[in-house]
Amino acid sequence: MARKTMIEAIRDAMDVMMGRDDDVVVFGEDVGFFGGVFRATQGLQAKYGTRRCFDTPISELGIVGVAVGMAAYGLRPCVEIQFADYMYPAYDQIVSEAARLRYRSNGQFTCPLVVRMPTGGGIFGGQTHSQSPEALFTHVCGLKTVVPSNPADAKGLLIAAIEDPDPVIFLEPKRLYNGPFDGHHDRPVTPWSNHELGEVPEGHYVVPLGTSAIRREGSALTILAYGSMVHVAMTAAAETGVDAEIIDLRTLLPLDLHAIQASVRKTGRCVIVHEATLTSGFGAELSALVQETCFYHLEAPVVRVAGWDTPYPHAQEWDYFPGPGRVGRALLETMAA
Amino acid sequence: MTEYGPLKLHVPEPAVRPGGTPDFASVRIPRAGSVARPPVDADAETIRDLAYSIIRVLNRDGEAVGPWAGLLSDEALLAGLRDMMTLRAFDARMLMAQRQGKTSFYMQHMGEEAVSCAFRTALLPGDMNFPTYRQAGLLIAAGHSLVDMMCQIYSNEKDPLKGRQLPVLYSSKEDGFFSVSGNLATQYIQAVGWAMASAIKGDTKIAVAWIGDGSTAESDFHAALVFASTYKAPVVLNIVNNQWAISTFQGIARGGSGTFAARGLGFGIPALRVDGNDYLAVHAVACWAAERARRNLGPTLVEHVTYRVGAHSTSDDPAAYRPKTESDAWPLGDPVIRLRNHLTRRGVWSEDRHRQTEAEIMDTIMAAQREAESHGTLHAGGRPSMRDMFEGVYAKMPPHLRRQRQMAGV
Repeated sequence: MARKTMIEAIRDAMDVMMGRDDDVVVFGEDVGFFGGVFRATQGLQAKYGTRRCFDTPISELGIVGVAVGMAAYGLRPCVEIQFADYMYPAYDQIVSEAARLRYRSNGQFTCPLVVRMPTGGGIFGGQTHSQSPEALFTHVCGLKTVVPSNPADAKGLLIAAIEDPDPVIFLEPKRLYNGPFDGHHDRPVTPWSNHELGEVPEGHYVVPLGTSAIRREGSALTILAYGSMVHVAMTAAAETGVDAEIIDLRTLLPLDLHAIQASVRKTGRCVIVHEATLTSGFGAELSALVQETCFYHLEAPVVRVAGWDTPYPHAQEWDYFPGPGRVGRALLETMAA
Repeated sequence: MTEYGPLKLHVPEPAVRPGGTPDFASVRIPRAGSVARPPVDADAETIRDLAYSIIRVLNRDGEAVGPWAGLLSDEALLAGLRDMMTLRAFDARMLMAQRQGKTSFYMQHMGEEAVSCAFRTALLPGDMNFPTYRQAGLLIAAGHSLVDMMCQIYSNEKDPLKGRQLPVLYSSKEDGFFSVSGNLATQYIQAVGWAMASAIKGDTKIAVAWIGDGSTAESDFHAALVFASTYKAPVVLNIVNNQWAISTFQGIARGGSGTFAARGLGFGIPALRVDGNDYLAVHAVACWAAERARRNLGPTLVEHVTYRVGAHSTSDDPAAYRPKTESDAWPLGDPVIRLRNHLTRRGVWSEDRHRQTEAEIMDTIMAAQREAESHGTLHAGGRPSMRDMFEGVYAKMPPHLRRQRQMAGV
């Protein structure tokens, strides 16, 4: 087993699946010859040819639109939207077409499609290279939404997504590509080579969609997090000394509600963390579910820590980002409640 | 201030509004048989004039003339007439059923029957259409079950789509008819993707995209032309120009460009206009474009010039936006009458046979309707189950949906 970056793990997943299944095709802007602006598809065109991995015109609508047609034909397209922020022109194709094709045709046509997109901030990308639009997908019936937090999961989840019979939105926290960023932007990032979840098994394996992972066992409080916020939560727990149980959701839909219930019923306290804006964010759904299913076990109000309800700013990036300081304060306040 | 004075917004207006006298003087109609038939591997640059003319085969005397004629046997033409008459009778019955409250909504084809019926005969098993809501002729010409179509319209217990889709948004993988979305233009680009997949797999099947004149304004149309052009996808890109997008005339979508077909020229895609009310011309152009796709020569853009005689749907009244007599003034005539006249001229058809066939078809349609209605209509009789509503959102029902189904008590 080798240690890999998250980008290498994602590339490995596509490589494994292209090797196993001739129906898997990979395309997007700059994805072919160059290998993608984040290098996720580097080498795939050289290995599998332009028939299986190719560059597309700059049209997100076109990329997802042709992918829906290909999936209906019987291929398994795994396409890249260069930044999640560029997804909006393709939204109609995702919401009205990919997500509903199975339902509206009563299964005559299906859409086994993966749309990968780098998400989240932390790279001084401003409002058009930093967004976390996961709630725009979890709100759509017919889609599955996945957000990995580490290389080992990213590979297993992406393989599961490519093998899934339905469309999957695969959001890659770009700040985690090279290491488990803990939210302290002023300190060097530990590379994945120094982290146990950088251990990526060789060959084919899946992390089933709809299963969460406990990243830290604890008894005082439950933190629900996904993507980059898992590592921020780990840091906040360590820095505050709060004995938090940290659940990495991994898949937002389908959601591992059993794990959430089991943990919150045990700890009686729940803090939800995400980088996306607060209002109508996925945290609202999580909060409602915790209230509905764990109310009589709660000893404190459920708290959400999220991006502020502003566009993602450029200069104020680290004022916006819900880092370990904000998360830590929420942990202490919830413990004191 | 500049020396040019204030700017003024241009909003195109149709030549005539309700109350005026219909005028199609600006629609230039070339003589039947006058447009050349280039080889299918002609360079798009050398056939640009086809995007501005109209390919026609049937002349005013009912003769098939010119280089696009001569492809169809008597039997094939008789079958074509029967398909169009079936579609027209089907529409008449279903329109009435909607008025009787047996379904919520209907869309008829009156005047446009040749487009889908004739095009279908150029396709092979395995080819895939990505239709709009006004191409039921693709199903009828393929011999699809009329009862199944009606059950879909009624959303009844035998609806192949389990009551999930609006009436007329059919789906039949078997007959090469992709599930109609209901959102306009979205499927144009999907057809290109399907065609690209066929090429990726080294298959022999082709895709056929359909769109209306109004919907060519959607970004999906333009993205489809970009991708089809870039990857030389084996796809036929059809535009059905029936002059009206609900209440807006075609000039609102077309703007200052001469024709919709000309949109293809900037992409290097061969573009043709065809008389959409001429069964023989549509068939000939469909064969030409399909052959290009099959021979790996890439996409073809085809503008079918036709006229929507009826309302857009059962939800609008054309008298509010165009002269009532406009359809009578339409210079390309009626596709059923034109093919009937041609067959009569060929000596294989007569007024008597036409009336007899009309009666036979109506009997068939009414028998199908009785059978369909025995399985229920939208508000009466058998209907899809509430349990069906929860099925098929995903291949495997996820836990949250299972919980909701339990809450619903099914």
